Amino acid sequence: MQLSDEEKQIFCEVSGDFQIPEGAYNFRVNGKSVGRKSTANIDVEPKENSSGLDIYIKKGTQNEAVHIPVAISVTGLEETVYNDFHIGENSDVTIIAGCGIYNCGPTDSVHNGVHRFFVGKNSKVKYVEKHYGFGPGHGGKILNPVTEVHLEKGSEAILELEQIKGVDSTIRKTVADLADDAKLFVKERLFTHGRQTAESIYEVNLNGQDSTADIASRSIAQDFSQQTFKATIIGNNKCRGHSACDAIIMDEAKVHAIPALDARTKDAELIHEAAIGKLASDQIEKLMTLGLTKKEAESKIINGFLR
Amino acid sequence: MSIFIKSVSPRNYLRGYLYAIIQVVLELKNISYEVKTGGSRQKILDHISLTIKSGLTVITGPNGSGKSTLSSIIMGLKKPTDGQIILDKEDITNLSITDRAKKGLALSFQQPVKFKGITVYDLLNVASGELISEKEAGKYLKEVGLEPARYLLREVNNKLSGGELKRIELASVLARHAKITIFDEPEAGIDLWSFTNLTKVFKKMKKDHRTVIIVSHQERILNIADRIVILENGKIKNSGTPATILPEITGGRHAA
Repeated sequence: MQLSDEEKQIFCEVSGDFQIPEGAYNFRVNGKSVGRKSTANIDVEPKENSSGLDIYIKKGTQNEAVHIPVAISVTGLEETVYNDFHIGENSDVTIIAGCGIYNCGPTDSVHNGVHRFFVGKNSKVKYVEKHYGFGPGHGGKILNPVTEVHLEKGSEAILELEQIKGVDSTIRKTVADLADDAKLFVKERLFTHGRQTAESIYEVNLNGQDSTADIASRSIAQDFSQQTFKATIIGNNKCRGHSACDAIIMDEAKVHAIPALDARTKDAELIHEAAIGKLASDQIEKLMTLGLTKKEAESKIINGFLR
Repeated sequence: MSIFIKSVSPRNYLRGYLYAIIQVVLELKNISYEVKTGGSRQKILDHISLTIKSGLTVITGPNGSGKSTLSSIIMGLKKPTDGQIILDKEDITNLSITDRAKKGLALSFQQPVKFKGITVYDLLNVASGELISEKEAGKYLKEVGLEPARYLLREVNNKLSGGELKRIELASVLARHAKITIFDEPEAGIDLWSFTNLTKVFKKMKKDHRTVIIVSHQERILNIADRIVILENGKIKNSGTPATILPEITGGRHAA
């Protein structure tokens, strides 16, 4: 795989490495696949009629991973990619996705990633998605992910969604429907600064009996950045749902948190929590009494909060 | 030097050793502190002058007498309206909290601070000023009665009880190996068993000639003091050894 330094940096940030990983993978750079591999249990196929992949995971696949990172290193590229994951019954797999944009020019670069998960009965999937942007250009680094999760009976999805640095604008939409005994856990970490904007929208339909969902978002908004968090949990059956938005607001930033619960049966147990506040002065002072400067204390608190 | 056993890092060992053998002197000169309440000014501390040397100095007095305010002023969390703070002949009145910490002052907060995402081990590393081993971090936890395996990797957040948080707060201060350690009501919120452990820690610090200031109402802490200072209405009402001061506080119940 021939990669520029910027592309290597992107893959390191979003995928942990730029080397060929173990297992199945597809590396996408500037709209094209630059490396793809299937394994005995995981088939990675390009879509015929649109840009993107169909990834088929055989039933019973255990402890295998798929890497599908995306890099954009040219200015002015806009792409929409559709990736579908068909996860067979009784599987346990990890999917490492993520996208980074290096923009050194005047025009926006945009990646719209649409990921759909069809999780078979009693399967477990962990999905890790990191977003990252950098580059000296004035063009925006824009990422708009859409994630659809369809969970069959007894299945489980863990979504770890992280956007820590350099993305100018993002609108993230995540929708999920859960059958009986299915579980969804979402852990979102978001950091915005400068004049960045980020919107996270969740809609979770707890359709099955004893289905559960837990959405936990932590974010930091610095400078003039703006964030919006909207999470709607709909309880259509005997179920449990919880959403929590915990945000630290700094400088001239703005944070809007709009949690919503929609219980359509008396057996739906739904809870939401939302807290927005500035960096606590007692936390800063405590760390200063341990010898950190004010800046070091703030950095320690922020890094811990986003861990 | 029983407090500095082999599990402590060389830097912490040396720091503790030095602070135990050198004479540390903290002088408070005419410290006053006022706050605005409505249109008027209320005096919380009124010309406090005090010299603190090695050993255990316990500051006691009724609620609202200004004890915690005095601790905060020494550590730099509050700025005095008037007066000077001298540490080893250096005026530290205008130094920041960080600079005072670097000069060797440490404060155990009365209300423990909670952190999301920061573990007990992280906090003890920050307190120690260097990356310490889990064994060393565990030693500080054991000193306050916490089992290291159960607590080191837990976050210092509201999933811990008030007593657990308080003991972690105390451990973070022990990990500083500070020149002068201030404990603001260390007994608040901890159980009797942990309190007994804590008094043992104070006794060890005393035996090692460390300089410790404890704000407390607890008779068992007053009993082990080298010197007791009574504050009342922001002024020093009296000061002296336990033998002379305790009868005044306890109404004659004290048996030295």
